[in-house]
Amino acid sequence: MRLQQLLAMLLLVISMPALAVIETYEFDNDVQRQRYNAFIEELRCPKCQNQNLSGSDSAIAQDLRRQVHQMIMAGKSDIEITQYMVDRYGDFILYRPRFNAATAVLWLMPLALLLIGLAVWALMTSRRNSPPGGELTDVDQQALQALLDDDRDDKPGAGGAS
Amino acid sequence: MDRLKLFLPLIIFLVLAAVFFGVQRRVQTGDYSPTALPSALLDRPLPDFSLTTLAGGQLSREQLPKQWLLVTVWATWCPSCHYEHPFLVELAQRGVLILGVDYKDRRQPALQWLAEKGDPYFATVFDAQGQLGLDLGVTGAPETYLVDARGLVRFRYQGALDQKVWDREFAPLIATLESEVMP
Repeated sequence: MRLQQLLAMLLLVISMPALAVIETYEFDNDVQRQRYNAFIEELRCPKCQNQNLSGSDSAIAQDLRRQVHQMIMAGKSDIEITQYMVDRYGDFILYRPRFNAATAVLWLMPLALLLIGLAVWALMTSRRNSPPGGELTDVDQQALQALLDDDRDDKPGAGGAS
Repeated sequence: MDRLKLFLPLIIFLVLAAVFFGVQRRVQTGDYSPTALPSALLDRPLPDFSLTTLAGGQLSREQLPKQWLLVTVWATWCPSCHYEHPFLVELAQRGVLILGVDYKDRRQPALQWLAEKGDPYFATVFDAQGQLGLDLGVTGAPETYLVDARGLVRFRYQGALDQKVWDREFAPLIATLESEVMP
């Protein structure tokens, strides 16, 4: 009996933090629930380095989840909710930040890197396909001829030099 | 030229290593904090509010003095606020106006805190629900906002203030603010 009581107490204590994490929000319909879930997936926790609202247990993430729920229930549009968040936390809070001067580098960098990659690739293949060396100048031609003549002269005298 | 090409990977590695080491160094010395974000309120008006003060009165944005001041978000549950409090008291003694925002706190412990540690705030609004904190874009306590004479937010600092932070971040800005008022 005492053991059972102890176990029950232990279970109560252990399950306390788990209870604190679960939030149950009521929605009128499934669309509201889906919008809520989409928002907490898409919005970034401002306190955390890389977590969305649904994944974070920080106090600010809880507050923002509550705020999103309130605004959905108050009939605010997605644009209004997004604007509300950006007004307070900047583009940082959006996992897909809107295109502007501050976020341009984020959006354009992959494209720029791709273009650089393509340019390097094009350069390398064009170099590989063109004949190596190119035209010989007159001076080169004379030097070559001299070497060849040298070789021809040597052969009979040296007798089997490899 | 071909020689150089051979060493290119090593050169790239060394450059990147130097960059990463430099950033790491700046994080260690406190020059750069990856978690610090520029406030979305920068150069925009302080959000409107009308809240009860800890002392029991009511305070709204319009009643704030028309000069530069600090808005410090604090709470009794916040460990760094303990650390920063003596410096705030010192600032207040030097004549800096500080508005306290008691963020998501309880009134009784907050009053006791101010009674025991000294009260550096000309007023402390009691933001039990965290609504003003949300409007400010607070991510946690303590945070300090520098508001200019026109009521615009000019700077936000996330974390505890001390003399070092003050000299580095606030003092130059305040010098500019005061030179703006002069002419």
